[in-house]
Amino acid sequence: MQNKSTRALYLIPYSAWIILFVIAPIALVVYYSLFDIHGDFTFANYRAFFSSVYLELTLSSFWYAFLITLFSLLIAYPTAYFLTKTKHKQLWLLLIIIPSWINLLLKTYAFIGIFGQYGPINAFFTAIGIGSTQLLFTDFSFIFVSVYIFIPFMILPIFNAIDRLNPALIDASRDLGASPWTTFRRVILPLTMNGVKSGIQVTFIPALSLFMITRLIAGNKVITLGTAIEQQFLVTQNWGMGSTIAVFLILFMFVIMLFTGQKEKGGASDGKTK
Amino acid sequence: MAKPSNVQKIFLTLVFIILYAPIFFLIFYSFNSNGTMSSFDSFTLEHYAAVFEDTRLIMIVFNTVIVALLSALISTVIGVLGGLAIVYLKNRKLRSTLLSLNNVLIVSPDVIIGASFLILFTAVGVRLGFASVLISHIAFSVPIVVLMVLPKLLEMSDSLIDAARDLGASGKDVLTRVIIPYIKPGIFAGFFLALTYSLDDFAVTFFVTGNGFSTLSVEIYSMARAGITLTINALSGLIFIVTVGLVIVYYALNSRNRTPVTGVKK
Repeated sequence: MQNKSTRALYLIPYSAWIILFVIAPIALVVYYSLFDIHGDFTFANYRAFFSSVYLELTLSSFWYAFLITLFSLLIAYPTAYFLTKTKHKQLWLLLIIIPSWINLLLKTYAFIGIFGQYGPINAFFTAIGIGSTQLLFTDFSFIFVSVYIFIPFMILPIFNAIDRLNPALIDASRDLGASPWTTFRRVILPLTMNGVKSGIQVTFIPALSLFMITRLIAGNKVITLGTAIEQQFLVTQNWGMGSTIAVFLILFMFVIMLFTGQKEKGGASDGKTK
Repeated sequence: MAKPSNVQKIFLTLVFIILYAPIFFLIFYSFNSNGTMSSFDSFTLEHYAAVFEDTRLIMIVFNTVIVALLSALISTVIGVLGGLAIVYLKNRKLRSTLLSLNNVLIVSPDVIIGASFLILFTAVGVRLGFASVLISHIAFSVPIVVLMVLPKLLEMSDSLIDAARDLGASGKDVLTRVIIPYIKPGIFAGFFLALTYSLDDFAVTFFVTGNGFSTLSVEIYSMARAGITLTINALSGLIFIVTVGLVIVYYALNSRNRTPVTGVKK
């Protein structure tokens, strides 16, 4: 019976971790959302969330996240697809992944220089006669930098899905007279949908909650749910309101997970390693 | 599958250029004697010298590395135990509940993790600083280790353990001489990912760090908010070299680790 006790021993640290760092934090966020800035019990935070200010913020946050996910997908899918056709595909994949290992802050910082008033993009604009334009602190720069950051994370699960695809299926579809487009739409895309879903999951949820890029690149012009939470917690010190926004962000997260969830274990988990 | 056409090659090349351009842009201007990221004056290494002369920055790099190593080590231990616990659970429902709970922190946005941990530490009374940062990094690295170890554990055949038992191995022997060596690639991948999660983290650390303690990401953030300093560029050059080195070491070790496992299976 020594066996059973050692098994229980394995369970103790892990369940302690789950209780302390998964369940307790969420419970605390929900609890704090019920208090105002003076520590009195109230539902005012929830009422405030359904006011026009926060609803607008939520909508715009979703809109930006949608655009970021869409553009990432439009670039990542063909990239992943073409990558699977290259000769040394694992090496090429590795090369695509390396930039994602570089610290996020550094990449964002690079764009401050690139999009700057005297940066290379503006120098190019001036050279071809458009003249220098304000690029930093615009919606465009925010979406561009975010897409740049998320592309590798979108490519990985899609690449894995396409790579797992049996090439005989494509040949069969061709032999049966399907055009390349039909083959793609009816065979390749449905069979790689799991990868696309994981990609959307790893892009959309973080895109809702970005706050560092909004501060550095969008100069507070774009406010996402993440920026609002950071603002409430660290600037205004209104933890109650911050927690309320966090509660809704967690709810949105679960909804998105339901939509993008899948039976078979997808590419999201084998993340960077492959 | 067919070979990539020229259009596809051009597309891939463009994606590569866009992905790498910002990084090389940073590194290129790290050698600029004129202190800006716009006009290149002449070659200099002064910004690299500035990095090494800045004792505060060196301390922060040191902190970051210590936190990363410690958190990766501890979370790997907890994660491996967690993987074993999940595998030994006979109750299917309980098992899938544990797995779902495990994945919560992986999909949670950093802001949520940061904010909720900040509340947790304040409620429990952990002082914000080294301890709170280290604990958070351990906490968000555990689930990825579990996910890396679990497939290896599930793929392992029970007969291996039975055989070890029949041959007289104790419970401890089975763990250290059969299970651990078998799942070693998973452990290794988990440790490495935990390391990179920690090194890469900004948002969670930003929330739970106090005034006295800072990691590289948080420091770069506050430097970048203040404007352009080429010290950051020099730093990114150094980080790029270290990162590429780490990736190469990881893949070299990984491919070496992988061979014996498949060798046994055949």
